[in-house]
Amino acid sequence: MKDSMDELSNGAVSHLDLETPEKPYLDANELIINMGPQHPATHGVLRVILKLDGEKVLGTECVIGYLHRGVEKIAENRTYTMFNPYVDRMDYVAAVSNGLGYCEAVEKLLNVEAPPRAQYIRVVLTELNRIASHQLWLGTHALDIGAMTPLFYTFRDREEILKIFERYCGARLTTHAFRIGGCQYETYAGFEKDVKNFLAFFPPKIDEYEALLTSNRIWLERTKNVGVISGKDCIALGVTGPVLRASGVKWDLRKAQPYAAYSKFDFEIPVGENGDTYDRYMVRMIEMRQSLRIIEQAVNGIPEGPIMGKVPKVIKPPVGEIYHSIEAPKGELGYFIVSDGSTQPYRVRVRPPSFVNLQALDIMVRGMLVADVVAVIGTLDIVLGEVDR
Amino acid sequence: MLNAFMSYLGSTVPPGNADNQLWALIYVLIIFAGVSLAVVAMNWIERKALAHFQIRLGPMRVGPHGLLQPIADALKLMLKEDIIPAQADAVVFWVAPLIGLLAAFTVYTVIPFGPSQAVSDMNIGILFMLGVSSLGVLGIITAGWASNSHYPLIGALRSSAQMVSYEVAMGLAIVSALLMTSLNRTGTGTLSMIGIVEAQQQQGVWFIFKFFPLGLIAFVIFAIAMIAETNRAPFDLPEAESELTAGFHTEYSGLRWSLFMLGEYAAMIAVSSIAVTLWLGGWMRPFPNLLTGSAWDFIFSLFPGLTFAGLAAIAFIGTARMPAQAYFRIQRIGLAVFAALLGLIALLLLAIAVAGRTNDASIAGRFREGIDYVYWFVLKVAVFMYLFIWYRATWPRYRFDQLMRVGWKVMLPISLGVLILTAIVGVLIS
Repeated sequence: MKDSMDELSNGAVSHLDLETPEKPYLDANELIINMGPQHPATHGVLRVILKLDGEKVLGTECVIGYLHRGVEKIAENRTYTMFNPYVDRMDYVAAVSNGLGYCEAVEKLLNVEAPPRAQYIRVVLTELNRIASHQLWLGTHALDIGAMTPLFYTFRDREEILKIFERYCGARLTTHAFRIGGCQYETYAGFEKDVKNFLAFFPPKIDEYEALLTSNRIWLERTKNVGVISGKDCIALGVTGPVLRASGVKWDLRKAQPYAAYSKFDFEIPVGENGDTYDRYMVRMIEMRQSLRIIEQAVNGIPEGPIMGKVPKVIKPPVGEIYHSIEAPKGELGYFIVSDGSTQPYRVRVRPPSFVNLQALDIMVRGMLVADVVAVIGTLDIVLGEVDR
Repeated sequence: MLNAFMSYLGSTVPPGNADNQLWALIYVLIIFAGVSLAVVAMNWIERKALAHFQIRLGPMRVGPHGLLQPIADALKLMLKEDIIPAQADAVVFWVAPLIGLLAAFTVYTVIPFGPSQAVSDMNIGILFMLGVSSLGVLGIITAGWASNSHYPLIGALRSSAQMVSYEVAMGLAIVSALLMTSLNRTGTGTLSMIGIVEAQQQQGVWFIFKFFPLGLIAFVIFAIAMIAETNRAPFDLPEAESELTAGFHTEYSGLRWSLFMLGEYAAMIAVSSIAVTLWLGGWMRPFPNLLTGSAWDFIFSLFPGLTFAGLAAIAFIGTARMPAQAYFRIQRIGLAVFAALLGLIALLLLAIAVAGRTNDASIAGRFREGIDYVYWFVLKVAVFMYLFIWYRATWPRYRFDQLMRVGWKVMLPISLGVLILTAIVGVLIS
């Protein structure tokens, strides 16, 4: 095999000690392989350089940037309104959440607030999107571990959510559902009925997924004590979302710093104990059920009133800066926006949950086996569009 | 000439044992064609069944209900560019798929589809079978090594470790079945495949039910080991798609890749055949000792014809249920022709069953008997093939260390214990 270390490492070198110029060939026991960027289980174009001893992982090195589109730079050349659709393209699995975070950040900067009706509609759609995102995670995660069938079940049921999005705003994936100051669209006739139908339709489907996986012996063996990360490590790395909660830290921005209308709803935050892949699985499964609870309360309580706040025609926030973050399906999604008083932001910095969570990959898989790398990438629930932006 | 050709039809031993080279060759050709056809059919059934497990339709476009899809796939694979990676060891790369295929197909020389429906009956049949089928791992190792690439290498290493480990448990399970063959007056067991089925006939019980639950446990051990042996889900680590892209055949494409697939499916059918022969009474119909007499013989000999009639009926219903648009016209005609073909086969089989019911020695009688044996054998194997698909749709994949743990720490002790218990019980009873 002629893969010398230099050739593979390709400049991306840090703790793996990939550079040993006097030894062009690897130690007989060690093997460096490239997982990705074209690989069935890296969820897009993630490249992981693995240093293996047989099947055992000695270290990993993530190489990202294959999907970089310069979203943050684009923001500097667009008006606040024009940039709104771009955020949908970061985490394209949870576009509604991205839009919510951005709109709320700009609203804070402008010092306006969306009217209550818009807030409620936002909550309904965002929580529906959280379920859709978790469904996609479940399907692909199970597929990575070798169970093919859940993927099709989750995609079948995700379709019902996407149909509601399509009827509401015309788009299924990159929805651009919200506007700065509220919502562009009034709910369509039958919106509440559709959502309530979904509320009745979905719980049996979660039971169906759980019947296939939750007590499956092979699934338990593949997920219990795999990719363990402690709450302390999570906090040190800035890991958020279900990964953090599965490690026993009860931190959910919907409760901790309520935004939109979340303070008005009653829901629980599931917390794991061991911080392993199985706990993360259970946390997300319970989160789906909790999302249904929130949706039920929200859709029953949508108040009457306008859906657009008092926002000037030309959005020109005062000079200043703002950091606003929301609990996206994958973790804390933050927007740091600097305004110089013009119609275009001076700087937009996004704090994407996937990018930060991906850092935990190395400590989670060190000492585990190759198959666990795949399981851990799946359980981190990364979307490369968000990692690279 | 014709006489020499026809004379064998009256024989009751396999052509290999009757020193009839011509008929041995004919049997080889029939089995080769039959297994290839079974692989093609299995391909279609697997895609359809898997699709229906997963709320999909599966292939629907090429031919009615995708019936021609395997043929289209085979054509596509044959026409693809033949790629040998620049860094690969070309000769070994070329030979590897042939080894796997050869090993899978050679096993069929001793598989008895009936008391005389085999190419040959070796007195060491089961040993030969184990020996040859474990050669298949050689094809995988050489493929992984010759590819000169990381993923195939890891896949090959995994698969060699896996196959060697599971062969131990598999062998012990087989030995406990062989022990059961020796429970007769003379106390002599047999390794011959035909002898094993005949022993079950004489003892009046399939070995799966013998010394309940010992036979059943040994059978289950074998059934698990044979999935690992053929690299199927949930033990499909050598080709674990999400980990190793495609495992040992990552670098293969086109015809060479299809040879691997052919070999894999042929091996699946082969190990299922071993399980059927050892534990499920091989070619015997249900209750051959209880429901005796020519009336029962006749009723059971109707089964092959009725099965095909049922398939034809399903195809006819499918034709009727097709949309009436012009777009589906050719598909409707195609499916109707297919249904008619199945119906004709059904009629032929029924005619043979009726014609051969009185005289066992006539040619029709011989044919009826042969069809009966092959039918029950194939039916039992088909159940296993369906289980293979079912497992694949349901279970996640084991991790490598867990697979090894299951093999060495669970299956090996259990099969050893079953072997010892079988021996003790056997001695006590006889």
